[in-house]
Parts: sequence; C-alpha cells; structure tokens
Amino acid sequence: MSDPRVNIINERLSGIGKVIAVCRGKGGVGKSFFASTLALSLSKLGYKVGLLDIDFTSPSTHVILNVEDVSPKEEKGIIPPLAHDLRYMSITYYTGDRPTPLRGIDVSNVLIELLAITQWGTLDFLVLDLPPGLGDVTLDTIRLIKAVTFLIITTPSKIAFETVRKLIQLLTEQHATIIGVVENMKMRDSTIIQEQVKEQNISFLGEIAFDPDLEDAIGDVDKLRTTKFMNTVEEILSKHPEITKH
Amino acid sequence: MHEWALAQAVVSTVLKIAERDGWRKVFEVRIQIGELQQIDHEIFDFSLSLLRTPILEKTTFHIDSVPAELHCRVCEHTWELITDDLDDEVSEAIHFIPEVAHSYLKCPKCGSPDFEIMKGRGVWLASIQGEK
Repeated sequence: MSDPRVNIINERLSGIGKVIAVCRGKGGVGKSFFASTLALSLSKLGYKVGLLDIDFTSPSTHVILNVEDVSPKEEKGIIPPLAHDLRYMSITYYTGDRPTPLRGIDVSNVLIELLAITQWGTLDFLVLDLPPGLGDVTLDTIRLIKAVTFLIITTPSKIAFETVRKLIQLLTEQHATIIGVVENMKMRDSTIIQEQVKEQNISFLGEIAFDPDLEDAIGDVDKLRTTKFMNTVEEILSKHPEITKH
Repeated sequence: MHEWALAQAVVSTVLKIAERDGWRKVFEVRIQIGELQQIDHEIFDFSLSLLRTPILEKTTFHIDSVPAELHCRVCEHTWELITDDLDDEVSEAIHFIPEVAHSYLKCPKCGSPDFEIMKGRGVWLASIQGEK
C-alpha cells in the first residue's frame, strides 16, 4: 500500500520562493521567537510570507503572535488565514489548548497531512518553526521538502552548541542547505560559538543580545516589533542578503 | 472540499506510477479510506472525476472503507471507534488531522491518550492496474 499524500507535497509548495526551516539542537533557545520575528520582518520588507508551526506537541508561535479568532478556510484543501499579514498555520486550530501527546509516527503523519492539504498559494517565503533535536520532524523536513533551507538558532551555551554541531553534521551529510547559525540570548562578550560555527564551514549570521523585555511582548505584536530582539533580527536580514536570496 | 486535496494526491501518485511503468492506460485503482478521517465518499469520488486525465479516462476507482481501530499502549485494550458517536467539534478536528484524536480521545478502559491508530487512519492507494 502506498501513502499518496507524500507525492503531492512538493506540488503544494511549488508556489513558494523559499522555505526556511528555523531549527535548533536543544529547547529554550528562542527559536519560536526567532521564527515569528523572522516571518514578521520578511513581511515588513514587503514579501508575502507564511509561517507554519510544526512543533506539534509544544506549539507556541500562536501565543507569541496572539493568533486568535481566525481559522483556515476549506477550499480544495485548507487555506491558512492571514494573521498580522502572515499566512499562518498551526495544529492549534484543531487542538485548541488541549495537550497533544504524539509519538513519532503520529508526528510524521501530522506533518505529511498538513503539507499535503495546505494550499499556500504564492508566497515569497514559508518559515517553518521546527521542534528541537534530530527527531522525526527534522528528518521528515529533509525527506519531504525538496528545496528546504535550514537556519539554526543556538545560545552561547556549550551544551546547546554540542547538539547544534550534531545537527550541522546531519544536515551536511544529507546535503541539506544550511543558511547559517544565529547566536541568541548573548549575555557577555565571547566569540566561542562564532569560532565553532566557522570551524564547521557554516556562515555565522549574527548574535542577539538577551532581551529582558521580550517576555512582556508575548501576544502583543506591536510591542514585539519594537523589541531589541526583533530589531536585531531585522539587522541580521539586512546584513545577510543570502537569507532572502532565492 | 478538503477531500479534493486528498483525491489530487491519489491521482498524482497514480500518474507517477503509470509514468514509471510506461503505462498508456490505467484500468483500475483501489483506494482505502479510513473511517477515522470521515472523508465524504461522494465528494471524494466527485473530485476524482474532475481530476481525470486522458490516461485515466476509463479507470474504475474502487473505494473501500476501513473501520477505525485503536490500540492502547498502556493496557493493551483494542477498540473500534464509531465516529458517528463523536461530537461535531471533535469530528471536524479529526477530519482534517486524524492524529488530533490524541487531544480528544482516551482509552475507554484505562483513560490513557497513549493509543495507536492501528487501522482506518486516512487515504491509501491499495492497488493499481494498467497496461503499456
């Protein structure tokens, strides 16, 4: 028996200029904040942008962006609604606030289903918010999305970077395109992460200082747009045209 | 018409197989539809008819229903889910993404959400016949 959904995925994504998977080795490095603000920043530059939260058991971009009172439209599949000018898709439309305990095969099935039935239309960028680690979603993203590119987030912690190093190795061995690494929650001067990224022959895109005001901007997109965090994401975008090149 | 997207996935897969095997005609396609997802067979069938290409002009599409069977990993209980018994909100959510059943359903014997969907999940291409 054959699963027909897999065969339609790249056709569904054919109207998208570039897919950027925002990923990290370990949790708690600010990856969902980065994915959300990257999507908002690209949109601010005038691009048409989609954001797909594929951290299915712990989705959070809907909280960061305060996505409420919208839901997908059913038309030859599902059309993600606009939220803050982003085509926004999340499992939370279907689970609400309930816990969603999923094992690996279920996680794969949710990803395949969403990629097979979501009608994104024409977009310049689709930003994916991946769960941490080298598990099912990362492997399926490599397997299923032909032209995906990866943008990795880490903290200054050697522990966080230890998993990032393995993630870089996996992505490189699988011939996946890595845009580069961003160091988040920087609290003191240190070039350790930057040096280690360069040792891996990967582009170091920049660093984002720890922003104590970020927590207060959760759910308030106007406030989020004024944070140092988002301003730094915008700076990284302007300094690195390779992120928007496609 | 979420069914249309799944029907298009089936047609796309059939055409890929036909191209791979050098077929000029496809006679028969057998599709299994799991009851958990509650696909509307009429809409699905109608979508298939809209998606026909010349190679599929005379293809007979057989659609078989597969009951939804769930198995609890904690207490080993296996049960058949009767989707007609679900309330509308749960039905609607599972219709789009069957795995969200884990957010709404529990094992009727021990109450665990840690169950496996053994059968009846979604749309599967069971067999295909054609000629060169």
